[in-house]
Amino acid sequence: MESILVPFLESMIRTATPLAFAALGELVTERAGVINIGLEGAIIAGCLGALVASGSLGAGAGFVGGGLAGLFMGAVFALFVVALRTDQIITGTALTLFGLGVTGTVHRYLTADGATVAAATVAPWPVPLLSDLPLLGPVLFRQPAPTYALYALVPLLAWWLQRTHGGLALRATGEHAEAARAAGIATERVRWLAILFGGMMGGLCGATLVLAQVGTFNEGMSAGRGFIAIAIVVLGRWTPLGTAGAALVFGAASALQFTFQALNWDLPYQVFLALPYVLTLLLLATLRGRAAAPAGLGR
Amino acid sequence: MDALTALWDGAFGSSYAFWSATLVRATPLLFVGLAVAIAFRAGVLNIGAEGQLLAGAVASTAFALAAAGLPQPVVIAGMIVCGMAAGAAWAGIAALLRHRFGVLEVISTIMLNFVALNLVGWLIRGPLQEPSRINPQSATIAASARWPQLLEGHRLHLGFALAVALAVVTWWVLTRTAIGFRVRAVGASPRAAASAGLVDAPRTILGVFLASGACAGLAGASEVGGVTWALYEGISPGYGYTAIAVALLARLDPRWVVLSAVFFGALEAGAAAMQRQAGVPSVVVQAIVAVVILGVLAATRLREVAAARRTPVRAEGL
Repeated sequence: MESILVPFLESMIRTATPLAFAALGELVTERAGVINIGLEGAIIAGCLGALVASGSLGAGAGFVGGGLAGLFMGAVFALFVVALRTDQIITGTALTLFGLGVTGTVHRYLTADGATVAAATVAPWPVPLLSDLPLLGPVLFRQPAPTYALYALVPLLAWWLQRTHGGLALRATGEHAEAARAAGIATERVRWLAILFGGMMGGLCGATLVLAQVGTFNEGMSAGRGFIAIAIVVLGRWTPLGTAGAALVFGAASALQFTFQALNWDLPYQVFLALPYVLTLLLLATLRGRAAAPAGLGR
Repeated sequence: MDALTALWDGAFGSSYAFWSATLVRATPLLFVGLAVAIAFRAGVLNIGAEGQLLAGAVASTAFALAAAGLPQPVVIAGMIVCGMAAGAAWAGIAALLRHRFGVLEVISTIMLNFVALNLVGWLIRGPLQEPSRINPQSATIAASARWPQLLEGHRLHLGFALAVALAVVTWWVLTRTAIGFRVRAVGASPRAAASAGLVDAPRTILGVFLASGACAGLAGASEVGGVTWALYEGISPGYGYTAIAVALLARLDPRWVVLSAVFFGALEAGAAAMQRQAGVPSVVVQAIVAVVILGVLAATRLREVAAARRTPVRAEGL
């Protein structure tokens, strides 16, 4: 049993990591009352940014490059949604198309005439001592570095949201922007920062995908993760801990693919490829999330 | 410069380019553009035209393969009905999820796109795979199931005529009938429409979902019957997403959707030529589509702001 369970749990956490980055970013954006459907565009931009930066400067620069590419997409979104007050859903959809189109074009230029761009990758880094724990060690502490960053970020974000002035300003902006403005909060600035943070986290999601999982760039490799991340925020009921937990559920759905292959179950592999998307639909339908949503979301 | 010349020549450079490339590409875009325009008019954000198109392509392929012996008009009519029904059913899932469970259709329709893509992937390697079981695609449909060409020697087919007719019907229904009034009322404000007692908002929204899905499903049937003659994975290069730009550029007016579909059809056809001749990747079209959407949004918004400045009352939220 353990021979199946440990690889399953290990790959659950590994595949949940990029989703958690994107979802935590979207969580902050949505807490400011803005829904960024263009997260998918930030993720794919992060993928390409990570590839280009890591190819010449190493894996560390890859994460910076991915984060900056996502930040740029966030800035474009904020410019339209906050400064021009355009429709959030349509702007986000356009941004997703923009990200997919631009990254596809640039990547084909980079690889024209058979040239290859290799990404520097990060190997799992076993934490001394902790990685020797039974069961927990191999599952939690033999992961690539971005996963460890999340272990710190999730509680930090939960504390920041509930216990600091910044967190309060963010929540007030999302619940009732006019009241927040009356109380002296610069709601436009809060939204700008929340969107930029969300974009950067989307970019880091892409960077993690390229540098810690796939090891290369493929056109459209974000594969709907931006939209799944938005569903994860709903399932996590707009809290950091809930969101991290919901990301694990989706990590498990992807990890099942490898487990069933190992068990030689006779099902078409497309069933497993479709599983995260079907799961998103089922969970959104069963867990009514709207009650916990920021009151001003989307306005 | 070479690239731009190739783009223009590929779209308008010859009568063949216009009738056999531009308009052939415009046909599915017109169907899905109408699908999005209908939905957005009612405030239904259907981003799932891609999946509904695929559902329509699957059903019409299955029907064409099963009904190969029947007379041509019967087969083609059957493909149209099956395509529309499958597209409507696929959109109906999102409608049900919104109505019963409050799931945002933006997310559900996109998830359904991915599910449809994997469904096609399985079908063409399973139940619908061609008899030799080598290639991941369906068998080619019989000659009796292929849609007739509109012009001798050109690839333009029945689908284009159907699409234009559909645009006219859609415009008429939206602007001249009680159904159209309800759709526009719900789009303007569902709550106001319901409390005015004129409109059963949930029923209208369900109808819009189904009509929108049926239009997109028809695009799938038309591609299978008029262009590809078989089902395979890349049957739509993202027409369902380009559709959003087609509809928005036309400001959701079915008459303008025709022109806007031809514009994007030319762009797609030109981009394909550009890739062949100048080596510019055709995925750049997706980026152009996005820039068009953002441009339309910004222009609309700036005009609203300018209009609000002229009136003494400040618009809310500015």
